[in-house]
Amino acid sequence: MFTIVKREEMADGTVILNEITAPKIAVKAQPGQFVILKANENGERIPLTMAETDPEKGTITVIYMVVGKSTELFKSLKVGDTYQNIIGPLGRPTHIEPGKNIICVGGGTGVAVLHPIAKGMKKAGCTVTTIIGARNKDLLILEDKMRQASHELHVCTDDGSYGRKGFVTEVLKEKLEAGGVDQVVAVGPVPMMKFVSLMTKEYGVPTMVSLNPIMVDGTGMCGGCRVTVGNEIKFGCVDGPEFDGHQVDFDELILRLRAYNEEERLSHERCKCEGKDHEHC
Amino acid sequence: MSTAKSSPRHPMPEQPPLIRAKNFEEVPQGYTPEMAIAEAKRCLQCKNPMCVQGCPVGIDIPKFIYHIAQGNFDKAIGKIWERNSLPAVCGRVCPQEIQCEGKCILGKKGEPVAIGNLERFAADWERAHQVCQLPVCEACTGKRVAVVGSGPSGLTVAGDLILKGHSVTIFEAFHKPGGVLVYGIPEFRLPKEIVAAEVSCLQAQGVQLECDAVVGRTVSIDELFAEGFDAVYLGVGAGLPKFMSLPGENLVGVLSANEYLTRANLMKAYLFPQVDTPIPRGSHVVVLGGGNVAMDSARTAMRLGAEKVSLVYRRSRAEMPARQAEIHHAEEEGLHFELLANPVRYLGNDQGRLTGIECVRMELGEPDASGRRRPVVQPGSEFVIDCDLAIVAIGSGANPLLTNSTPDLPLNKWGYIVAQPETGKTGKKGVWAGGDIVTGAATVILAMGAGRKAADSIHEYLTWGW
Ligand SMILES: Cc1cc2nc3c(=O)[nH]c(=O)nc-3n(C[C@H](O)[C@H](O)[C@H](O)COP(=O)(O)OP(=O)(O)OC[C@H]3O[C@@H](n4cnc5c(N)ncnc54)[C@H](O)[C@@H]3O)c2cc1C
Ligand SMILES: Cc1cc2nc3c(=O)[nH]c(=O)nc-3n(C[C@H](O)[C@H](O)[C@H](O)COP(=O)(O)OP(=O)(O)OC[C@H]3O[C@@H](n4cnc5c(N)ncnc54)[C@H](O)[C@@H]3O)c2cc1C
Ligand code: SF4
Ligand code: SF4
Ligand code: FES
Repeated sequence: MFTIVKREEMADGTVILNEITAPKIAVKAQPGQFVILKANENGERIPLTMAETDPEKGTITVIYMVVGKSTELFKSLKVGDTYQNIIGPLGRPTHIEPGKNIICVGGGTGVAVLHPIAKGMKKAGCTVTTIIGARNKDLLILEDKMRQASHELHVCTDDGSYGRKGFVTEVLKEKLEAGGVDQVVAVGPVPMMKFVSLMTKEYGVPTMVSLNPIMVDGTGMCGGCRVTVGNEIKFGCVDGPEFDGHQVDFDELILRLRAYNEEERLSHERCKCEGKDHEHC
Repeated sequence: MSTAKSSPRHPMPEQPPLIRAKNFEEVPQGYTPEMAIAEAKRCLQCKNPMCVQGCPVGIDIPKFIYHIAQGNFDKAIGKIWERNSLPAVCGRVCPQEIQCEGKCILGKKGEPVAIGNLERFAADWERAHQVCQLPVCEACTGKRVAVVGSGPSGLTVAGDLILKGHSVTIFEAFHKPGGVLVYGIPEFRLPKEIVAAEVSCLQAQGVQLECDAVVGRTVSIDELFAEGFDAVYLGVGAGLPKFMSLPGENLVGVLSANEYLTRANLMKAYLFPQVDTPIPRGSHVVVLGGGNVAMDSARTAMRLGAEKVSLVYRRSRAEMPARQAEIHHAEEEGLHFELLANPVRYLGNDQGRLTGIECVRMELGEPDASGRRRPVVQPGSEFVIDCDLAIVAIGSGANPLLTNSTPDLPLNKWGYIVAQPETGKTGKKGVWAGGDIVTGAATVILAMGAGRKAADSIHEYLTWGW
């Protein structure tokens, strides 16, 4: 049984943390890998990165932004409730080269995905400088955890309500100018990853991004998650989710993420206007 | 007997095409006992029955048909079960015209006995009446077998080995068991309730089932051995969608048949928004391919409300590999055939959505390696089909997820597992494989046949050694 043992709300209730018992997955999971969760019989299969794992306790932690019908349903689950299915660990683990000078850039809930990567890199003896950003102070997540996982932490907000005012790319530019950076890791909204990759390309710094295409099975069986990387078709779930940011066709990914916009809106609205408890809609 | 020879075959009642093309209920509705007896009486009870040679698992066809003719339906199903543990499935989906019925002597002059329909009748009758006893398992041997994949081949291995007294656990990557029978073949051709009944029957006999277990990720083959399994059977199917690498393939609205059918069948997206998984509903849908997968996709699209569904196939109708019954059903339901045509690129709008497919006309040239005439492009014959959804059903390959994580498992150059044809033994000790992951995409009954042989070999190994 995949039981929720801990639940937290962050960023004004727009981001939720669930710690869930999943002992088999917890012992196997490595930084960068994800799981697919399905709440109930009629539920959708939703991919989420494992932000943390505790092999001794046999738990995994996911942190997700509430954006639509299914994440709304997940939000309604309380401590003691269960997910009907959790599948994983899926995807390739992050490729970590020890002893490198790394800049980690995270935006929005991407910070949750970035956390295990930064932590893993620091553990492997890399020097980790992290830059995280959010639209405003209330939406910022995991600041403390990121501080622990990094040697140096910079915080930006778009409106200047906390940390430095502006986009993460501004701090990144200064760091790149200063030189000595071996690799950049960027996780966040697709436009952010796109702009980070464009910038690092100018400086010739290898850049890894974590992509979130729409998925069904997560095992390379459906091809729904295909992304174009270096003019080749790749399957996000098995070839990724991490790819070379300089090769990714971000514009295509943005269009593909909108594939079900209309359906999702209908489903979400139906749920809301019927005023039903999410567990039953 | 001469009168029997000339009597026509009893057709199975079907939902009328225009009605069924709008629902997901099963198309053929089954024989009544009277129809089944009448059809069974057409069988000549041949001394040297050709039909049996055409059945890959060698069911004693005249015997089970004899029991039906006598009204002894319980005896009929017992006879079938001796060779085939999934008769309700095979009666519905076997390509009978090239197997059992294709060899039936009556087919030489007239119409063959409806063997598939009769097999289905016996199985459905038993499911409704539950008179037969489950076979009894032999005394527990203390040996443990892991079966990876719950498609027809995995289910067959599990069913055979549990009877021999071994402890069996099936590991399935998806959240539901059944393989292609649940995620690929649609409800209107194979109701999911039938697959579920077969699986619960195995569970009642003691087979353990672990869903959500992706072997190669959640657990590796070597870890299964370390956990105490004595043998492992790999029946993971050919789950890798093929694309054609055409320009525009990543436009929104171009889906693999695997994705489309998985959404529709496994996730029940045809009920969206009552269920949460969406499925694109095109108004003009084009399906690329000519096999069962293409037919299933096309007929699903019709049922999801498409105004027009076209099937683009590069050869002619005679070469289509789909079951004859499905081609016929699809045509009755209004499928438009665009034969001797091949896509060259997808066209899209500035939103990255599909708007059409450019195709070329083909003509049939010399026969190729498969004995079918090879399609050749007619120069300058480009034309565009406007459409908003394209489903690519041109076949599938070997999914590398499991095999990549098992480096000491020998594969052929296309990534399929190498296994001995007579035993299913692979190049890794204690590991067997069968079904689509060995042969490439084939049929339900061949996957079951491979499972049967492997089960015998596994039993021998557990008794005597490798
Ligand atoms: C490998 C992977 C790891 C992920 N990890 C995380 C994570 O750790 N935390 C987190 O908050 N999210 C993560 N996501 C994204 C998450 O899966 C989606 O936000 C979720 O599927 C949305 O479901 P929904 O039904 O609530 O929203 P929907 O109603 O389906 O969609 C709402 C909006 O989100 C967009 N959307 C739909 N599916 C996706 C998707 N797969 N990715 C991004 N946007 C999507 C839609 O276009 C729409 O605009 C990950 C995605 C992948 C593929
Ligand atoms: C749409 C469609 C229609 C078809 N129609 C017909 C028909 O009418 N008649 C006919 O005879 N044949 C038909 N076929 C072919 C037939 O279904 C297959 O040949 C048959 O199902 C193969 O059986 P299998 O047991 O080898 O594999 P599958 O049925 O493919 O089952 C494999 C199972 O293994 C699971 N799996 C895969 N990888 C892993 C892993 N790493 N760990 C755990 N589990 C894993 C999969 O999720 C799946 O459940 C059709 C196929 C399709 C796709
Ligand atoms: S299993 Fe298939 S081939 Fe054999 S008798 Fe039944 S329908 Fe015919
Ligand atoms: S070949 Fe035809 S007629 Fe002869 S036994 Fe088989 S089914 Fe009956
Ligand atoms: S999610 Fe189906 S292939 Fe990646």
